[in-house]
Amino acid sequence: MTDQATTPDEIEVFGALTDKEPQKPPRSQWKDVWDQFRKHKGAVFGGGFLLFITLGVIFGPWLWDVDPKTLDIRNKDWRPIYTLLWDGDAKAGWSHPFGTDQLGRDILAQMIAGGRVSMAVGWLAMGLALLIGTAIGVMSGYFKRLDFLMMRFTDLVLSLPILPLTLLAVTLFRQPLNSRFGPEGGMFILIVGIIGLTSWMQTARIVRGDILALKEREFILAARSIGTTSGKIIRRHLLPNVISPIMVSATLGLATAIITESALSFLGVGFPSDYPTWGKLLADAVQRMQDYPERVLLPGIAISLTVLSVNYLGDGLRDALDPRIRGR
Amino acid sequence: MLTFTLRRLILSVPTLLFISLVIFGLLQLAPGDPMAQVPLTVPPEVKQKMREALGLGAPWYVQYYKWLIQFFWIEPKIFIDYLTNTSFLFGWLPDTAFYQGELRVISWQTRSPVMDIVVQRMPQTLWVVGLSYIVGIVIAIPIGIYSAYKHYSVFDQAGTFVTMVGFSIPPFFTGPLLIVIFSVTLGWLPSIYDTTHVVTDWESFKIQFFQMVMPVMVLALQTTAQISRYMRGAMLDNLNQDYVRTARAKGLREGVVVMVHVLRNSMIPVVTVIALGMPAIFGGAIITENVFKVNGIGQLLLTALFANDLPMVMTLTFIFAILIVLFNLIADVLYGLLDPRIRYD
Repeated sequence: MTDQATTPDEIEVFGALTDKEPQKPPRSQWKDVWDQFRKHKGAVFGGGFLLFITLGVIFGPWLWDVDPKTLDIRNKDWRPIYTLLWDGDAKAGWSHPFGTDQLGRDILAQMIAGGRVSMAVGWLAMGLALLIGTAIGVMSGYFKRLDFLMMRFTDLVLSLPILPLTLLAVTLFRQPLNSRFGPEGGMFILIVGIIGLTSWMQTARIVRGDILALKEREFILAARSIGTTSGKIIRRHLLPNVISPIMVSATLGLATAIITESALSFLGVGFPSDYPTWGKLLADAVQRMQDYPERVLLPGIAISLTVLSVNYLGDGLRDALDPRIRGR
Repeated sequence: MLTFTLRRLILSVPTLLFISLVIFGLLQLAPGDPMAQVPLTVPPEVKQKMREALGLGAPWYVQYYKWLIQFFWIEPKIFIDYLTNTSFLFGWLPDTAFYQGELRVISWQTRSPVMDIVVQRMPQTLWVVGLSYIVGIVIAIPIGIYSAYKHYSVFDQAGTFVTMVGFSIPPFFTGPLLIVIFSVTLGWLPSIYDTTHVVTDWESFKIQFFQMVMPVMVLALQTTAQISRYMRGAMLDNLNQDYVRTARAKGLREGVVVMVHVLRNSMIPVVTVIALGMPAIFGGAIITENVFKVNGIGQLLLTALFANDLPMVMTLTFIFAILIVLFNLIADVLYGLLDPRIRYD
């Protein structure tokens, strides 16, 4: 009976079952995510712009090596280069492409320096918020005993009035931190700390929800049955599975952190006066915006575009990381 | 539902107590000295006496307890007295005299009761904030409905982009931007909100209207962006449901299907978002009030902070906290009321 398997009919049947074209190599999850992400034009632009801004403020000082703090009273109040288009007599030129302010400081250099601070505050505060949020979310999702207490605590923090409290904390704790870490360092620590401490709650809630669902799955049971410790289960099996909601809330956190920092600077409780940030540049320019509207517009556009690109990036990430939407 | 509401009301008491404790603790830890402005020629023992006169000599729990009594017991008594004696609504009730001259929460700046100042400032904030919220909702809901109905159309793409932009531009940029455009360049609208302006006739109403346009629009932009996104999402969720197909199949007109069947179901999450967004709008009003020089409670909080006026700061921050807790409660109750599938008890 065995030699019958090689009859021509049988071979034909097997031929129908095999694939005509060569098999595609297996695709990884992140390749799928990237393909879906690429379909979202806004997200690609957003991500690109965010990368551009971040690299620009990191490497900007080498490309444009004018000191943002140098006063040059003789060359004050230059207009940006584009005013030459309609007004040939305007005080403008390539030596100060974005113009100078009322003390003759170069605005392009100030924008780069301000962007450095704003982006650094944004990234660090977002990182801190993610760290706290993930830790609390994982712990209250994984350990049943902690759940009730931690979630009530999260609810309580969620009902704190954030902006008034931030204002309060910044004005009240400015002095001691400034005396310990210097006026700039102290303020930096304070603002990053406050924004981080007041924006972890959403992440914690989302992570907890996902962990609660994940830990009932079979692979966790399997891991536990071979004697994996809780710490290992969390690090090896749970955290990689909640990475997508964390990434989405990271983008939201970055946007809020940049806006909050700028708002604080705008209200006059942020960094010291000669320390440029985008919000500070905007706030300082408001008094003279009739004559020099570009000084309000440039930092304002920088903040808005950065936040807009971060929001688009978050939208795209949410679509790309959601397996139900992916592949549609 | 009633038991749920009651339970939530009772639960909000410890929440509020905790929040007040947090705010109080922050203020206690703060190193700011209210006597810092007193001239150096004042001898230290006099300074000590002044400190005690402000109630700073007592330990923190005594101070906290006194503040609690003043805020939760004495101030309501004054409020009830006001209601029954002079107010328009309840003035017909027999006059009460609960308030017997106890010490109220006193501002260190003006030496007058904090609540009196808050009551003076409240109408400006409420007018600007309340109106902007209503305007924002009125604009947002049609946009959300239409862009969900015409999913992926040009209108939808444009609407999504505009709401994303409105979401991303902070009010402290839109404010100055609008001022540059409409009051500096075009000269149509005043850049400063004049709160002493009284509306008596049509002319003065026009002035009031023009000065309110910009602050209201700045705040409304944020509301519109947020709510129309939610509205669109909720409509999209509902438009593909089976009951919509049923409604169409039994021959209902398209307008009825969308505006009655789908809209009513989509409004459930949107209404709660509207309630939850209310406190955030009050927070955002701090910035807008600063830009347009509206002397509402946000601006009051800022000046009190800079002047180290701790009782004022404490009370105002706590009022913001009350708003948040209250609107969270309202959102939860509304959700249960509107959606019969959700029953908390």
